[in-house]
Amino acid sequence: MTAAATAAGSAAPRRIGVVRAVRHGLTLAGRNIRFVVRSPSTLVDTVIQPVLFLVVFVFLFGGAIAGDWHDYLQQLTPGLMVQITLYASVGTGLALNTDITRGVFDRFRSLPIARSAPLVGAVLGDVVRYAIAVGVLLALAFLLGFRIRTDPLSALLAVALVILFGLTLCWLSVLVGMVARTPQAVPGITLAVILPLTFGSNIFAAPETMPQWLGAWVAVNPVTHFVDTTRGLLLGGPTTGPLLASLVSVAVLHAVLLPLAIRAYLRRSR
Amino acid sequence: MTLAIQAEGLVKRFGTVTALAGVDLAVPAGSIIGVLGPNGAGKTTTVRILATLLRPDAGAVRVAGYDALRDPVLVRGVIGLTGQYASVDEELTGFENLVLIGRLLELPRREARARATELLEMFDLVEAGSRPIRTYSGGMRRRIDLASSLVGRPRVLFLDEPTTGLDPRSRTQLWQVVRSLAAEGTSVLLTTQYLEEADQLAERITVIDRGRVVAEGRPEELKRRVGGQTLQVRPTDPADLPRAARILTELTGARPGVDEESGLLTTPVDDPVLLSALVRRLDEATVGADELALRLPSLDDVFLSLTARPAAEAEERTPA
Repeated sequence: MTAAATAAGSAAPRRIGVVRAVRHGLTLAGRNIRFVVRSPSTLVDTVIQPVLFLVVFVFLFGGAIAGDWHDYLQQLTPGLMVQITLYASVGTGLALNTDITRGVFDRFRSLPIARSAPLVGAVLGDVVRYAIAVGVLLALAFLLGFRIRTDPLSALLAVALVILFGLTLCWLSVLVGMVARTPQAVPGITLAVILPLTFGSNIFAAPETMPQWLGAWVAVNPVTHFVDTTRGLLLGGPTTGPLLASLVSVAVLHAVLLPLAIRAYLRRSR
Repeated sequence: MTLAIQAEGLVKRFGTVTALAGVDLAVPAGSIIGVLGPNGAGKTTTVRILATLLRPDAGAVRVAGYDALRDPVLVRGVIGLTGQYASVDEELTGFENLVLIGRLLELPRREARARATELLEMFDLVEAGSRPIRTYSGGMRRRIDLASSLVGRPRVLFLDEPTTGLDPRSRTQLWQVVRSLAAEGTSVLLTTQYLEEADQLAERITVIDRGRVVAEGRPEELKRRVGGQTLQVRPTDPADLPRAARILTELTGARPGVDEESGLLTTPVDDPVLLSALVRRLDEATVGADELALRLPSLDDVFLSLTARPAAEAEERTPA
């Protein structure tokens, strides 16, 4: 299955080349973006979650945790950027599973398009969703008084990194989405992984205040490195160390999750 | 005669379940073929294999001259699939769904839109075209589904139970469309549980049961094969089923169909005099019967007679 040979005397190619595969993927990404905007529940998830987390944590716990909610807002916002993106990644597997269950997937598979296209489309489309969620979060944080203490370029880099992390974890979501029998099962399983990752991190409280065992988990949790990097890039402070640790964890997570997700996808799309 | 679809010896197992145990099919180009069978007979599995969605464990498939197992991409370029398992986007409008497929087929934007408009007109969905699919009625949904599979002007069309759950009017409408497609040269393979549908549309019918082809022919041939009338016997004591079946076989020269749940034996006959002969033979054999009747054939009898297990099998399983 390696040669991209064209049958002699036949106008249509027997294999789909990379350029066409990309084109199919982009077309389906466009469809998924339209979906986000069109389907009220997805949009609400994407927009309401950041708002809810920000408001609840800043006003409800901010005073108790940091003494003053203004200070807490500064510390929390970079962390929430990471958390929101992880939550949004649940949607990738959910959307794929819904397509399979409803039969839309079969429709795509009966067309002469690249096998990768539905997956590429789902993942690329979701990048837009992550960007919307992070955008909403930052906009509200600004209104409440959050300020970037570095420069716009660093801030952009922070956003890009956070989305990269979302893209990494979306493979987990794809894996669950391919294995789960019904769409309803996807968020539960995925959240069971994402909750300890996000709450067992330095997003909401300083690790020094935690018991030792939890502190140890927080220290190895990739989310912690991402939050450190994001804070450094938005508020100033050391970035090289955390950035390196973040990139290593992205590489490791990819190395583990990507093959598993692709394999599950191919099995389901055969 | 060129064949649009040619399948030989299709076998498909899912774990320990054998869904297809060697199915052969041939669809001449430009004709409508009906694949008939009860639920779980293997109709959908067959369609999924022919449409390249499943790989068979054994067998060969050619669609429009291409080897479906070696060149699925080429096959996908010339087929359309509609039915139970191919669907449309609920949140997108009818128009958007059709344009999306046109774009995936790499039509230029303008052409994709023109084709979408054309199909909406053809399926009487112009007004509904700007509404999301989730607001559509069952009949409209089937129509947009069928329209979706026609965007690429397929040479071969698969319809998997296209009218299941539709009201009679929507059904007739859909039949009309399928007929006109075939008249324009599209080869159509449709699966159905409805004999009437196969009778109305198909030039030839293949009956599948438990993963095997049990009959093949023109609708009239199949009906003739089943005979002009049916003889039905229900022995009072289910243990008498094999004996009653043997008597029926001797009288008619054909094995009767047996419905184990109701204990009813059904067999086609062309000679009404057989009824009195049967009464005599049953009496001699002291086989009591709750029900004994000679009925005019309904289309369902054809189906029952072809898909019910032959009585011989029941005989083997009954302890002597």
